[in-house]
Amino acid sequence: MKLNDEENDILAGKAGPVPQQALQHQIKVGEFFGAEDLVPVTQAHLMADTESLGEAGVRWLEGLVAGTDGQRRVRIPTITDPRGTDFAKADLLGQTSAMLDLERRAISAFEALGVAMTNTCINYQTIQAPTRNEHVAFGDTGVVIYSNSICGARSNFEGGPSALAAGLTGRTPRYGFHLPEMRRATLRIQVEFTPTSLNGWGALGGVIGRIAGNYWAVPVIEGIEGAPKSDQLKHFGASMASFGSIALFHLAGLTPEAGQLSDVAAPGLPSLCVTRADVDELQRSYHTDDGVDVVVFSAPQLSLYELSDLAELCDGRRFTVPLLAVTSPQVKPDADRMGYTARIEAAGGSVLSGMCFYQSYAREISEAKGWKRLATNSAKLVNILGGYGYRPMLASMEACVDAAVSGKLART
Amino acid sequence: MNSKIFRARHAMGSTVRGPALVANDGFSARYDLDRINGLFCRPSHKLVGQSYVGKILVLDTAKGGVATAWMLHEMKSRGIVPLALVFNSVNPILAQGAALGDVSMLAGFDEDITAAIPNGAEVEVNPQAGTLTVIGQRTAVFRRPPP
Repeated sequence: MKLNDEENDILAGKAGPVPQQALQHQIKVGEFFGAEDLVPVTQAHLMADTESLGEAGVRWLEGLVAGTDGQRRVRIPTITDPRGTDFAKADLLGQTSAMLDLERRAISAFEALGVAMTNTCINYQTIQAPTRNEHVAFGDTGVVIYSNSICGARSNFEGGPSALAAGLTGRTPRYGFHLPEMRRATLRIQVEFTPTSLNGWGALGGVIGRIAGNYWAVPVIEGIEGAPKSDQLKHFGASMASFGSIALFHLAGLTPEAGQLSDVAAPGLPSLCVTRADVDELQRSYHTDDGVDVVVFSAPQLSLYELSDLAELCDGRRFTVPLLAVTSPQVKPDADRMGYTARIEAAGGSVLSGMCFYQSYAREISEAKGWKRLATNSAKLVNILGGYGYRPMLASMEACVDAAVSGKLART
Repeated sequence: MNSKIFRARHAMGSTVRGPALVANDGFSARYDLDRINGLFCRPSHKLVGQSYVGKILVLDTAKGGVATAWMLHEMKSRGIVPLALVFNSVNPILAQGAALGDVSMLAGFDEDITAAIPNGAEVEVNPQAGTLTVIGQRTAVFRRPPP
């Protein structure tokens, strides 16, 4: 890779061992993908829940902090994805003191590195959305696909170590979706209907993700009616990224790089059709039981509007199974102030903040609480939780709230 | 058995040799693995119930989220980790995870590598040369019951 003078100095250790190690990691990854150089980035977003980090990852972070030489803090705004717990609600989740201690150590290390503990996977709704052509190093797949597709920003999936490296060096290897030619569509998807519910948008994203199939695929989607809302596209993108590892899509006539189909699609691309039956079938395939042990709204964290809708549905209800609604630390105080939290909790639900359900030791939660049959309106969550021992079921927010009351999920 | 050599366009790590565990399926450490016991555990995965520990995983592509970037490092620290990763294509997360976890990896072949390598074959991953070599007969792969 071609390095400029500043980068050569970092690599030589002139800024200290921490940025040196970060750049060595970036060069290793960049050379693997054939990157020619590094590109400056303006923001980094760091996924580092302690279930993923483990003791080894936390020790690695503490090792970065332990030195005294040179630069040991990030150079650009670097923010965090959800943590592995909401400390105030850890008992509700059956989390152990060892989990919480590890979490505290990770937070302490990140703070010493200058990382801002925003603990959100919806930073494009709550912190600062990136702008078109802004090169960033974002590290939650839902964040990346939204930022690339809806905002027109430029990011690859940056896992925790790489996002932290980008924060420390202020740059990232220039490959993948930092390159204009990689952002052009590789397949066309004709959609025959436009969902209205969030679970419907998530299921549509899941179907397209499965079709597109791998990280380097860029679907351009035609046939969407009207102007989808941010929360709808949040579920659509997060699910597509989860089911297919997709980092960028275009909506013809809607998203910034696809004002016209020809702006992103060359003639002769493979073209497929997605029907309502395809989307319904994905949802039905997860409906494996009528009973429900827990209802979870999470993945991505809920916006203020989603919490408002949920509060409306909770009024006058009384839950017989636990209902968890997970949001960001930025949204939670507003939900408290607007009375949404109180209305959800008056029905027997719980509003949690700064975590995400699947990033919070989901397997151990299942074992501690006896939760197996889980209803949610998040297609991303149902895709993930099968491997954690759950029987996840996908349904509308309304049907999930009904299930929290009756303990039964109605079939559609 | 004659050695057969496959060339990869992307490579990382050091040379390792071991049994191949092969499937035409995706991979995510978070979605697919029981990382405590070293087993594939996602019910719909083609390798469900099988141990990945010490195996050279030969799979189609990376799936899912960003957690694998940390998890390979954590798995390596406990010795409950694949010996190497060989994929038709990978995403940045898998490469970043292999870089941090020091796990050898090859990706990008002219043929479908999951169809070319017999399950259980003894193979050598040589990232410096960018090659995957089938060096031995198929060995028995015992299937564990799903957890």
